[in-house]
Amino acid sequence: MESTQRTIQLLLKPGQHDGEGQRIAEAAQRHLGLHTGRVQSTALYTVRYPVTDEQLRDFATHCLQDPVLHDVALDEFRHDPGYKSYILVAKLPGVTDDEGISAQNALGDFLNQPLDTHTQHIFSKRLYFLEHELPESSLRRLAEELLGNKMINRFETGPITLIRDYTPRPGGGAESITDTVRLLGLSDEELIKLSKDNLYALNLEEMRAVRDHYTSIAAERQAAGLPQDPTDCELEIIAQTWSEHCKHKEFSALIKYKDADTGETFEVDSLFKTYIKDATSEVDRQLRANGNDWLIKVFSDNAGAVRINPESLFVWKVETHNSPSAIDPYGGAITGILGNNRDPLATGIGGARLLFNTNVLCFGNPEFSGTLLSNQLHPRRIFEGVRKGIEDGGNKSGVPTVNGAIVFDDRYAGKPLVYCGTGAVMPMQLAGLDSWEKKIDAQDRIIMAGGRVGKDGIHGATFSSIELDETSPATAVQIGSPITQKLAMDFLILATRRGLIKCSTDNGAGGLSSSIGELATISGGAVVELEKVPLKYPGLRPWEIFVSESQERFSLAVEPAKLDELLALGQEMEVELTDIGYFTSDGFLDVRFDGESVAHLNMHFLHEGVPRKVLEAEWSIPQAQEPALPTDLDYTDVLSRLLGSLNICSRESVIRQYDHEVKGRTIIKPLMGATGQAPQDAAVVRFNFESWEGVAVSNGILPRFGDLDAYHMSAGAFDEAVRQIVAVGGKLPNLSYGDGNFWSVNDNFCVPDSVYDPIGNPDGKQKLAKLVRMCQALRDATAAYCIPLTSGKDSMKNDFKADGVKISVPPTVLYSMTAKIEDVRRTITSDFKQADDVVYLLGETYDELGGSEFYQLFNELGANVPQVRFEEAKALYTLMGQANDQGLIQSCHDLSDGGLAVALAEATFGYGFGADVELPAGDLSVTAQLFSESHSRFVATVAPEDVVAFEQHFGARATRLGRVTPDGQLTVRHGGQTVVSASTAALRHEWTNGPVNRIIGFGQHEAAH
Amino acid sequence: MNEKPLFPDLNVPPQPQRDETGPAHTNADGTVTVLGYKSIDGGHESSEPLQGNYQPKQKVQALILTGFGINCEEEYAAAYRMAGAEATIVHLNQVLHGHVSIHDYDILNFPGGFSFGDDLGSGVVLANKLRYRKNAEGRTLLDDIREFVANGKFVMGICNGFQVLVKLGLLPNLSGNVTPEVTLTHNASGRYEDRWVRLKVNPESNSPFLKGIDTMEVPVRHGEGRLIIKGEETLAEIEVRALNCLAYTDFDGSPTDVYPHNPNGADLNCAGLTDTTGQVFGLMPHPEAFLSLYNHPDWARRKRQNPHLSEEGDGLKLFRNIVEHVQSQRQTAVTPQEARQFSS
Repeated sequence: MESTQRTIQLLLKPGQHDGEGQRIAEAAQRHLGLHTGRVQSTALYTVRYPVTDEQLRDFATHCLQDPVLHDVALDEFRHDPGYKSYILVAKLPGVTDDEGISAQNALGDFLNQPLDTHTQHIFSKRLYFLEHELPESSLRRLAEELLGNKMINRFETGPITLIRDYTPRPGGGAESITDTVRLLGLSDEELIKLSKDNLYALNLEEMRAVRDHYTSIAAERQAAGLPQDPTDCELEIIAQTWSEHCKHKEFSALIKYKDADTGETFEVDSLFKTYIKDATSEVDRQLRANGNDWLIKVFSDNAGAVRINPESLFVWKVETHNSPSAIDPYGGAITGILGNNRDPLATGIGGARLLFNTNVLCFGNPEFSGTLLSNQLHPRRIFEGVRKGIEDGGNKSGVPTVNGAIVFDDRYAGKPLVYCGTGAVMPMQLAGLDSWEKKIDAQDRIIMAGGRVGKDGIHGATFSSIELDETSPATAVQIGSPITQKLAMDFLILATRRGLIKCSTDNGAGGLSSSIGELATISGGAVVELEKVPLKYPGLRPWEIFVSESQERFSLAVEPAKLDELLALGQEMEVELTDIGYFTSDGFLDVRFDGESVAHLNMHFLHEGVPRKVLEAEWSIPQAQEPALPTDLDYTDVLSRLLGSLNICSRESVIRQYDHEVKGRTIIKPLMGATGQAPQDAAVVRFNFESWEGVAVSNGILPRFGDLDAYHMSAGAFDEAVRQIVAVGGKLPNLSYGDGNFWSVNDNFCVPDSVYDPIGNPDGKQKLAKLVRMCQALRDATAAYCIPLTSGKDSMKNDFKADGVKISVPPTVLYSMTAKIEDVRRTITSDFKQADDVVYLLGETYDELGGSEFYQLFNELGANVPQVRFEEAKALYTLMGQANDQGLIQSCHDLSDGGLAVALAEATFGYGFGADVELPAGDLSVTAQLFSESHSRFVATVAPEDVVAFEQHFGARATRLGRVTPDGQLTVRHGGQTVVSASTAALRHEWTNGPVNRIIGFGQHEAAH
Repeated sequence: MNEKPLFPDLNVPPQPQRDETGPAHTNADGTVTVLGYKSIDGGHESSEPLQGNYQPKQKVQALILTGFGINCEEEYAAAYRMAGAEATIVHLNQVLHGHVSIHDYDILNFPGGFSFGDDLGSGVVLANKLRYRKNAEGRTLLDDIREFVANGKFVMGICNGFQVLVKLGLLPNLSGNVTPEVTLTHNASGRYEDRWVRLKVNPESNSPFLKGIDTMEVPVRHGEGRLIIKGEETLAEIEVRALNCLAYTDFDGSPTDVYPHNPNGADLNCAGLTDTTGQVFGLMPHPEAFLSLYNHPDWARRKRQNPHLSEEGDGLKLFRNIVEHVQSQRQTAVTPQEARQFSS
C-alpha cells in the first residue's frame, strides 16, 4: 500500500537570476563542448504522504516557496516557453536525501503531526530545461558528467514533450534469508574464486585458514545445531575483520629485506611494531623520564589522546578515504570527513568536542587533456567534487577547516588521496570516570545511534583493500549526511557528560560487524539481534545489515540501568537510538535474526586467526643524475613561473570556500595579512575563550622526493611538519623537565600495491622496500625530536586499473602534527611586519635541488635529494623556541617548495612590503641558494633593535640577508649582481592567478540578466 | 567597579573546565525533562540546573538556541559573557517543548550554522518550525517571540540566525504582522565564502545594538547572504526608516556593491537589518567571531605597529552595547519588568 504521489515544483520567478542554470550552461560549453542555450533550473519534491489538495498547496506556498523568489507548480512540470529538452536528476534508492528529509521535517511541523523523519516520505529532485534540442546521448553526458553521478543518481532525459519522472522505489518485503556458503572441501582454485566472486578480498592462504577452521570445528557446530559450512554472514564478518583496511596485514607482515647494492639483508618483524609502536614506546620512556607524562592513549583506540592540562585531553586523528573518492568524489570526501570526525567523537567513553579539521589532498593534473581510461574520472572533476565534499562536510559540521595542502602529481590521476584530520578536546573526567578508557561488562546493552541502515556502503572495508578497476561496485559508495551526524554529535556530548554511556565507537568500515566486533573484545562476546536494526527500507538480508556502512552511526555500550534515561534523551534530541543486543563474556560473537542464528563466531579466531603474511622487499638506489641546465637563466622569470606553478600557486579559491573560523578560536588561518593573501605554515587554534592555550597544526608531505629516496622523502616530510610548527612559535617537546609541551602525530601511509607478483606486480619488491625505508626514517625522526606518534593508518592498494593500464600512486606518507602552544598571542605569522626589519635565513642550505620544484619546471628530477640533519635541525629549533620567548622574531616562514626565493616572495604577500636581499658569497651556486629545498630552514625577520641579541643567540645558524623595504620591490643580489628584481605585487598576481584559482574560479558577482 | 579581567593573564592558571551537565529527570510515565545547561565558558556546561521560574536576576540574561545543525553557539555565549551578561545555551526542543521559557531572558539569540542542514534554503526549516509547531498549549514559538518583543525585549540573529529571522518575517516586519517581506538567497558569486569585510553602521539606525559604532571589521561565512528586497516601496521604506543598519564598504568606508568588499551582491549593500523598533536585529557577518584581536587576519602586523593595541575585537562592541542597554533600562525602570510566566 502506498499513498498517492504528489509533486511540488519550485521555479524562479521571472526576472530572478538563475545562477545555477547559467553555471550549467557555461560548464557544458567549457568542459563538454555542448551548446545548451539557456538552462532553467527547478526543484521538485515528490510527496508520498497522504495530504489534501489544500494541505499540499499550503505546504508548498508556506514552507517550501520563498515568496520573493519562487513560483510554485503543483502536480505538473512547468517551464518557461522556448525550452526543448529536459534532464531530471533523482536519487537512487537508499541514497542520502537530506533535502527530502528536510522537506519532510517541515511538513511534520506544518501539519503539527509527529511525522517520522526516519522513513522517507518526500523525495527531492532537480529538473532542468534546456533551450536547445540535444540528442539523448548529449543529454546523458551532461547529466552524468556535470549534474550528477550515475553511482548515486538516476537520470531521465529527452525532449520536453515527454517528461518522465522517477521516484526511488525501494525493494519490498524483508529478506530474512541466511544462506550457508560451501567451504568445506573446496579446492584452492575454488577458494580463490569464492573470495573474488563475493568481494571478500582474502587471499588463498587466508581462505584456507577459514576453511581449515571450519573443518576443525565441524563437529562442535553440528552439536550446537549450526551448519558445518559458514553462513554468508560469518564469511562477510571474517572478510571485513581480516581486511587490510581493518587488520593492517601488510604492516604486520614479516618482511625479508634485501639491499641489492650492498647485499645486506635483514628481516622486519612487523613494520608497525618495529618502526611505529616500539619507536613511540621509546619516546614515551624518554618523556616520562623527564617528567612529561602527557602521552595518554596511543594506537589502541579510534584516535590518540594526549593531555593538555590537568582538566582536558587533546584527541587527534587523520585518515584517508581514497577509493570512494575516486568513484564519487563528493560523496567520498564528505563521508571521509564525517567518518574521521566520528573517530575522536568515539574515543574512550566518547563525546569529545571537535575543534578543527585539516585536509590534505593529492590529485592528478586538473588540466589533463589526454584520454581517460574506462570509469576513470577526470582529475578536475575529482578535485571539484572532493572540494565540494569538504565544504559541505566541514562547514555543516560546524568544524573549522584550519589548514591543509593540495599536492598534484599525474600518478594520483587514478586514485586520488583524500586525507581528513580532526582535532578534538575532551575532559579528562566524564561523570567521574577516566574519559579515555573503554570499559564494557557482560549484560551491557548495545545501542545503535544515528542514521539508519541501507545497502549503501556494503563492502567498503574490503573494497578499499583491493585495487580499483572499471567494474568497481556501486554499493561501495555512500554519501554522508552532516546534519544527521551533527545531531548525533550534540547528543553524544550531552549523554557522555551525564554518565549515560559506558563507551562508544563509530560505525565506519565494516559497519556493525567491525564496531561490535571490536567492542565485544572488551567484554569477551556479544549477542546481536539484527531484526531490531532500523532500516532505511526493507529488502536487506541479515548479512547486509551487519556489514552495511551506512553513515552517521555510533555503537554505544550502555549499562542496563541507564538505558531508559539515555533513550529519553535521544528522543528529546531527535536522535534515533535502538537497543540491538547485549555484550557477553562467552567468547562468541552471536548474531541472530528473529531468534535464528545468522552468525556464531569464535572471537579468538575472528581477531587472531588471520595468517601472517611473509613479504619480500628489495632495494636498489635509483639511477639519477643532476641535469645540465642553461647557465643564463633569468631568475626573476624563474621565480615568477614557480609562483604560478601547480604545486606552489595560491589555493585561495579553495580555502575561502571552507569555513576556517567557526568557533571563533582560529588564530593563525591559512591566509593572513592585510591582503588576506599571505600563506602560513601551521594553523593555530586556541582551545577555549578562558585561556590563551592552543594547538598548532601542520602537515608534512613530499611525495616527489620519494622518486629519489623514500627514506629521505619520509624524513623530509616529518621535518617539514615539525618546522612548520616551529615557524609559528611551537616548541619541541621534552626540552625541560615536566614542561608539559605535548606533541601528537598521525602517520598516514598511502602506497601502491607492494606485494610482489611476477606478472601482476613485478616491481612489488622495490615498492615494499620503499615502504620499509619510509618507516625507518619515521623511527629515526621520532627518536631525534622525541616526538611521539599517537595514531595512524595505512592504505596499501592505491592503484587504478582499467583497459590493461595501471595507474599507481607514488609511495606517499603524510605526517600530521599537532603541538601545544602555551600562549597563542605569542605565535608568529609568515608575513613581513614592518619596513627596515632585518631579514635572516635560519639553517643551512645545501646543493640539494634533486626533486625540487625548480627542476620540475625543466622536467628534470635531478639526483641530490634533500636530507634531514636531525641533530642540527633540533639545535636550531630549540634556539628558535628560546628566541621566541624573548620576542626576537617578527615573522617566520619555513622554506619548502621553491626554496628561499619562493619563501621570500610569499612573505611579502601580506601587506605589500618588499625586500632587499644579498645572497652570501661562497661555493654554493645562486641556483641552489635560491631554489634548493634543503630542509630545516626559515626566513625570519627581526626588529632593528633586536638584531644584536638575535645574532648573538643564533650565531652561525643565522645568515643576514638584508632588510624589509617599503617599496614593494623584491631585489636579490649576489656578488654585486642583481639576480632577482620584481614587483611583489606582480609576483602576488602570478601566484594568485595560478592554475588552481583559475580552475576553481575566482569568486565574482555573476552578471544578472 | 571592580571588574575581572576578561582575558586572564598568562600567570593566572586557566580555570578548571567544568564539563558536566545536570541530570535529566524522568517522571513516572517515562517522559523526560531535560534541564537546561548553562554555559559557564565556551562550550562547557555547568551542572547547575536552570531556574524553572523567573526571578529577578542581577546579570543580563541572554538565551542562545542550539541544536539541529546550529553551530556558532559557543562563541556567541562567550561574547555575552565577555560583555558581562549571563549566557545560557539551550537545545531548541527545550524551548519548543516548554521546558525553558524565553520570557525568563532579556535577549533571545539565533546563532549561525546550518539549521536542519539548510537544504531547503537557509533558515527555512527552522523558521517553519517556529511558525507552525505548536506546543501542548497550542502556542507556537513565534507567538511567544512576538510577545517577547512586545514586552520590550531583544532578539538577535547572526548568519543562519539572521536568515531565520528574515524567513520568519520578524525582519524587517514593516507591516507588523510578521510576513516575509525580503529574502536572503545565494550569493551573487554562486559560492560560499569565508572572508573578512568592513561594515559601516547606518547613522540613522535606532537600534541599541549599534549605538556609538561607526564601522567594524568582521568575517562573513555564508553562501546565502544576498539580501533581495521585493518591490520599490519596501525598499524605500527600509531606507527611510533606516532599517538597513549595516552596509558593506570598500577600504575607504564607502558602501559598495563591488566584489569582494560586498561579498554577496546584497540590495542596498546591506549586511544587516533591524525591525522598526530596533529591538530585533540580524546580520550576515559574524561579530561573535571577532571577540579578540587575535581573530583578525592582520593581528600580528597591527600589534607590531601598535604594541598597546586593545586585545578586544570589533565584534564585542555589539554585545557590550546591548548588555549595557538592558542594564540601563533596568535602572530606569521604576518597577521590575513584568515577566510573562509560561502558563500551564
